[in-house]
Amino acid sequence: MRPQSPSQTVGPFFAFALVREGGNVLVNEKTQGEHILLRGQVLDGDAQPVDDALVEIWQADAQGRFRHPADPNYALADPHFRGFGRSGTASGGFWFRTIKPGPVPPSPVPCIAVRVFARGMLIHAVSRIYFSDHDNLQDPLFASLDPERRGTLVAERQLTPAGVVYHWDIRLQGPRETVFFDL
Amino acid sequence: MSHHESPSRVLDWSVQPPYLYSPYVATVRRAPHHPLVPLPASLLERTGPVYGEGDIGPLDHDLTKNAAKNGEPLGERIIVTGRVLDESGRGVPGVLVEIWQANAAGRYIHKNDQHDAPLDPNFVGAGRTLTDDQGYYRFITIKPGAYPWRNHHNAWRPAHIHFSLIGRNFSERLVTQMYFPGDPLLKYDPIYQGIPNIKARERLISSFDLETTRPEWALGYRFDIVLAGYDRTYFEEDH
Repeated sequence: MRPQSPSQTVGPFFAFALVREGGNVLVNEKTQGEHILLRGQVLDGDAQPVDDALVEIWQADAQGRFRHPADPNYALADPHFRGFGRSGTASGGFWFRTIKPGPVPPSPVPCIAVRVFARGMLIHAVSRIYFSDHDNLQDPLFASLDPERRGTLVAERQLTPAGVVYHWDIRLQGPRETVFFDL
Repeated sequence: MSHHESPSRVLDWSVQPPYLYSPYVATVRRAPHHPLVPLPASLLERTGPVYGEGDIGPLDHDLTKNAAKNGEPLGERIIVTGRVLDESGRGVPGVLVEIWQANAAGRYIHKNDQHDAPLDPNFVGAGRTLTDDQGYYRFITIKPGAYPWRNHHNAWRPAHIHFSLIGRNFSERLVTQMYFPGDPLLKYDPIYQGIPNIKARERLISSFDLETTRPEWALGYRFDIVLAGYDRTYFEEDH
């Protein structure tokens, strides 16, 4: 086995390279599924917004399929949806125009994989977003989490004149620190 | 539990830096305190974005040309090349490698960089490429300068190039920095020193490579990267 390369912080000055115009818009008008705006803030231990974080999401299409060869239903995945997005937080938060994913078997509820990077983080943190309008206790991983903490993974659904918005904050530390996974 | 659902740990915490490393002051209010929760491998983490040649422009790998307006950027032209390997030593093809850096004077183009050093009208300092079938990548750029930061009195970052790698699935993801051999600032740098293991740290120092060096044109540096992730046997057993 070769020893893995260590991580280093993304630093404060990544946006000109990594945050590209449209990188946080995962959909076009042909993308199937419920189009949503997913937005929130990255908050530090003083509950102050972190304005130099990088948030990445990865998710299935509306039918729970991935455009990736590990998915047996790869060929059926929505050709108008890649499933990966990146957002900076320079404007006070992150946002993505995406769709609500379909559930990925064996889980009966949808979720999105998240990674956050920032100045002051020598290594990224991995989390997941679940949706407030689903019975997330049906998901074995969600149900296995500390009941006091698992709510930190749930994005709140809001109906606005502009459409469906899910709000989800990432709290890096503090009393409501987000659940992060070892990946 | 089925094979899929057994927790599958990717990161080796004897190699990886901790969240909290107080000499790097910004970690203090940004470090999660709870222990990380084991994550059973599901299809969500065994898939990821797939990139192809269509995602890369012809000059994206050449930072001496991809932002040139009226000439060549100033500084020492270098070639940075290497191989991306998995932990079993196999080359990883199709990895999206993105780099960004300061210019030769130690100044980033980012609007928040207030360092009193000149911008270079012919240099932005961002590039991207894909690894080839054997896992090799190659960039042409300018050797970045050291720059000051305010972590502590008289703090200077050693010259470095930031690297971001997106591998074959969500588990294969690394953001790191490449350093240069013999840099006297490394021993004072809390970001570099935050890596707990001296041998692991040293793997982020590129090596000068005469074979990569091109006569009368550019010095060559070699920087290999080992990308942690769900290993290949895991995929093979899956089918």
